[in-house]
Amino acid sequence: VTRAWDPAADRAYDARGRRDETPDDREVVSIAELTAAAREIIEGAFPLMWVRGEVTDFKPHRSGHWYFCLRDTAAQVRAVVWARDRFRIPAAPDEGMQVLAYGRLTVYPARGEMQFTVYRIEAEGDGLWRKKLEISRKKLEADGLLDPDRKRKLPVFPRTVAVVTSPDGAALKDIIAVIQRRKAKVRLVVVPAKVQGEGAVKAVRTGIVRACQWGEADAIIVARGGGSREDLWTFNDEKLARTVAASPVPIISAVGHETDITLCDLAADVRAPTPSAAAEIVARSEEELVQLLADLRARMARTVSWRVESARNRHRAAGRSIQHAAAGFTQRAKHRVGALAGRLEALSPLSTLHRGYAVPRDLEGRTLREVAEFAPGLAFELLLRDGSVRATTQSVRPAGEDEQ
Amino acid sequence: MSFERQITRLEQIVAQLNDSKLDLAQALELFDEGVGLLRDAHEELAKAEGTLGRLIEKADGSFDVVKE
Repeated sequence: VTRAWDPAADRAYDARGRRDETPDDREVVSIAELTAAAREIIEGAFPLMWVRGEVTDFKPHRSGHWYFCLRDTAAQVRAVVWARDRFRIPAAPDEGMQVLAYGRLTVYPARGEMQFTVYRIEAEGDGLWRKKLEISRKKLEADGLLDPDRKRKLPVFPRTVAVVTSPDGAALKDIIAVIQRRKAKVRLVVVPAKVQGEGAVKAVRTGIVRACQWGEADAIIVARGGGSREDLWTFNDEKLARTVAASPVPIISAVGHETDITLCDLAADVRAPTPSAAAEIVARSEEELVQLLADLRARMARTVSWRVESARNRHRAAGRSIQHAAAGFTQRAKHRVGALAGRLEALSPLSTLHRGYAVPRDLEGRTLREVAEFAPGLAFELLLRDGSVRATTQSVRPAGEDEQ
Repeated sequence: MSFERQITRLEQIVAQLNDSKLDLAQALELFDEGVGLLRDAHEELAKAEGTLGRLIEKADGSFDVVKE
């Protein structure tokens, strides 16, 4: 059947063949109606059923509802346990637990999301990864590799730090950014290693071993940016943890985000919550180190000046007791001198003069003891008990000779 | 002596100086040693630099650091 060309009808379609309706002609459906319809279809299409998956992102809400994700390696679905259904479930599932969940697929209109409403949960053993992790952890613990006593102190001033990580990863970028911001005087040496997927365990272990063999690193950072648990799985490997524990160089483990704790973290000497935090640990600016030295100097000076001061005080105390002793000595000496003076008095020529003798002296006060010291005409002085007499020599006669 | 060892020795000296059994002469001797170490540590610091490199293992098993 052919039809004549109708220009009016032609105008009603656009170039893509869609009919050009006026707004009044359109059938508009609200979002609520749309999601309600979808919900009806989905609920009708799926019966109540069991699904198998791993619990992740588990969040208990204040209202008593549990929100989480059920996932396997390929897909995930949002899930909820309403507070009123919790009585059927003995305990909240752990993060990472493999479970069988019984419920109904529906649509949550407020979010426009597909949601699995769970009525019952049965744990399917422990989550496989958790189980493996626990086994590895127990082995490491049994060998004492996770003991806090084994942890070595990091150097105060790590001048050379090896970073075992992916050369193009976010972790390295974060570390470099911190070092630059802090103007840290540290030599960073990247030891490239694949940090996720097949071969990553071997690559990271080789990186650590190389960094140690190289011999110039003061510390090693093993770093990996945030990622899914599967991405971080490398760092839960038991062999890797053993390599970390065996390293002769202190190791800082910086894997994922703050909440991710791996066996590598546990075996390392220091666990940094993130790669940036690891960089902060080794980044010492010149100012900080100068401050450290200034503190040491101040502490040293304080103790020494205290010592000098206390020595000085002892000295002063000793000085005081010497003075004290000296004062006593002087006192006693005075007494003795007094006594001696009394005795000297008795021997003094003055007392002889008292007895009626005279002493001849020349005009300079020298005692004249022999006749040879006299000559006729020599003026001299006679010292008597109450004064002196000026005299002149008439003549000199030595004993046994006639007067001249 | 590395900066690290200088710091460690300085810490020791400070601890020893706090030990009252030490006589003044010994204390002053330690203090002298400490002052020397502080000077060396400052020199050590002045020499330090921030750099970025990459560790390369050569065919003979020795290592090289290339600048990034």
